[in-house]
Amino acid sequence: MIMVAVRRSTVIEAPISQVWDILRDYNGHDSWHPAVEKSSLESGMHTDQIGAVRNFKLTGGEHLREQLLSMSDKDHRFRYTIVESDIPLTNYLAEIELKPVTDCDWTFWTWSSKFDTPAGREEELSELVAKGVYEAGFESLRTKVKTNNNLYSRFDLKESRTPIEGTAMIIDHYGTSEEFHQAKLAAPPPEPGQVRLKQTAIGVNFIDVYCRTGYFKLLTPPGVIGMEAAGEVIDTGPQVNHLKPGQRVGYACPPLGAYTSVRTMDADLVFPLPDYLDDATAAAGLLKGITAEFLLHRVHQVRKGETVLIYAPAGGVGRILCQWANHLGATVIGATSSEEKAHIARAAGAQHVILPGETSLEDQIRKITKGHGADVIYDAVGQDSFAHSVAALAPRGHLISHGQASGDVGSWDISSLASCSATVSRPNYIHYTDTPEKLSLITERLFKAIESRIINIEIGQRYPLSEAALAHRDLENRQTTGSTILIP
Amino acid sequence: MTRVYISSVINTSADSVWKVIRNFNCMPDWHPAIVESRIEGDNPPDQIGCVRSFRLESGGYVRERLLGLSDYDYSFTYAIIDSPLEVENYVATLKLTPITDGGRTFAEWSADFDCSPEKENDLLEQIGKNVFQTGFDSLKNRFSN
Repeated sequence: MIMVAVRRSTVIEAPISQVWDILRDYNGHDSWHPAVEKSSLESGMHTDQIGAVRNFKLTGGEHLREQLLSMSDKDHRFRYTIVESDIPLTNYLAEIELKPVTDCDWTFWTWSSKFDTPAGREEELSELVAKGVYEAGFESLRTKVKTNNNLYSRFDLKESRTPIEGTAMIIDHYGTSEEFHQAKLAAPPPEPGQVRLKQTAIGVNFIDVYCRTGYFKLLTPPGVIGMEAAGEVIDTGPQVNHLKPGQRVGYACPPLGAYTSVRTMDADLVFPLPDYLDDATAAAGLLKGITAEFLLHRVHQVRKGETVLIYAPAGGVGRILCQWANHLGATVIGATSSEEKAHIARAAGAQHVILPGETSLEDQIRKITKGHGADVIYDAVGQDSFAHSVAALAPRGHLISHGQASGDVGSWDISSLASCSATVSRPNYIHYTDTPEKLSLITERLFKAIESRIINIEIGQRYPLSEAALAHRDLENRQTTGSTILIP
Repeated sequence: MTRVYISSVINTSADSVWKVIRNFNCMPDWHPAIVESRIEGDNPPDQIGCVRSFRLESGGYVRERLLGLSDYDYSFTYAIIDSPLEVENYVATLKLTPITDGGRTFAEWSADFDCSPEKENDLLEQIGKNVFQTGFDSLKNRFSN
């Protein structure tokens, strides 16, 4: 074995923050590096999680697994090592480091490594690493940055400064679905940090009903409800760098205002959609998928071998939880109310389904788990289920209350949780999604899960936007299956 | 502790820049703010611990001690002993790194020091702009094609 050291450096004529944004996405190098055809992360880790292993398929067909050893946003540096490779590089330790060129706001980029090669192949392999990987990477990242900046400056100039008229469904008061009426509503030109969208599909969620009735005071009428849609960027205001006109995008978050054909909103809330995710599926699944992502990976990190109890497993979020938890290697138990819904839950990946019966939920769980209980419980029912959930927990189990379909959970004495050293979480969607950084980590994993068919989003009903009242009636009367969308 | 950091790209190899700046006694040759320099006690200018005493174009005198010099790293580190600047514990490093792409040089000049809070902005401007950036601008001019 021959030990080799390779070091290459360059200057990118762009601010360090822009270059670091691209490079620090450890699993995103397939989006710019010409030698990497596809990159995927192993075992559900994050792209910036120390220890994460990325699995590269190179354009030459070779496979490579590389582990992230360290990363620092302060020093703009990360180190990684090859853990397995079709190319004979051993003890390969590499570092990417950026430094600012302060007098012109550019970036100095060093890419270096040390590794062993079989004797006689050191020159060939050093050249492959230095030229094929490092220098080729410099050039394509430089081109990517240049193209992005050109696009943005061009579109900033083209930006239209007039309002665009659209059609919205408005409520004047809190009330029944009869409150909806159609009206013309103009989307103003985007201000700095804003984007204007032409919406092509709008998601309908049960929370919309709560917003309409005033159970959740997220809107003071008159106004437009709705939290989720997909469509196309018409134009952007200044200081928007991640979106461009014509791009397909989506969002799923407050503030309300999705039930309309054109909308101007904060660009930070809006993210690009991958090609394999069509607008209708995005509108049907973003809010539910994002919820499932943070419930399974952030509120609790579900691991192989854990027993997970999911209430309402046939519902929108419930189905996704079943599919994804099953994929993560958990034993999935669904708790539902009818044989028909049990069938849906089993199809989604629940290995066991429990129905109301002669014995209590906790007894049924103990029986299935041979006395152990559920390690994690996703309880969206609330009032009627909470006590049963506490009783069904395994020692040191985690009860996650993420909804209250049957009413508020009520007051609980914390000392009662000592019976199993329980952890209780009450996550709120907004705290997992209120910055573009948090959101992009979630959507990245969600999109991959959709692409690799770990989860699938079922569109049960489509209504014209003007039929929003009917869509709400059907939802409230439990006459829908899967997701519901409105088409402007 | 306050830190000032300035960096630049110079259009020639690190070897060429290093030849100009390596001598601890030669700042007047390349820095317009410095007019006269000598090494105290006639020590060689690359002896670690030597003290240079130089006169600024603006008038005052500065004494600085060489703390480290590395040809391998293209860098030197020095401390201020006396100066008109109201700073304490001032230690600065000037370092060059070759840019393999295009044979240019990445130059960094940084300093850490203590000072009274009300003087801080003034000092950052004086050191960062009048000393470090002015020095880099002069090197950039010297090697502009």
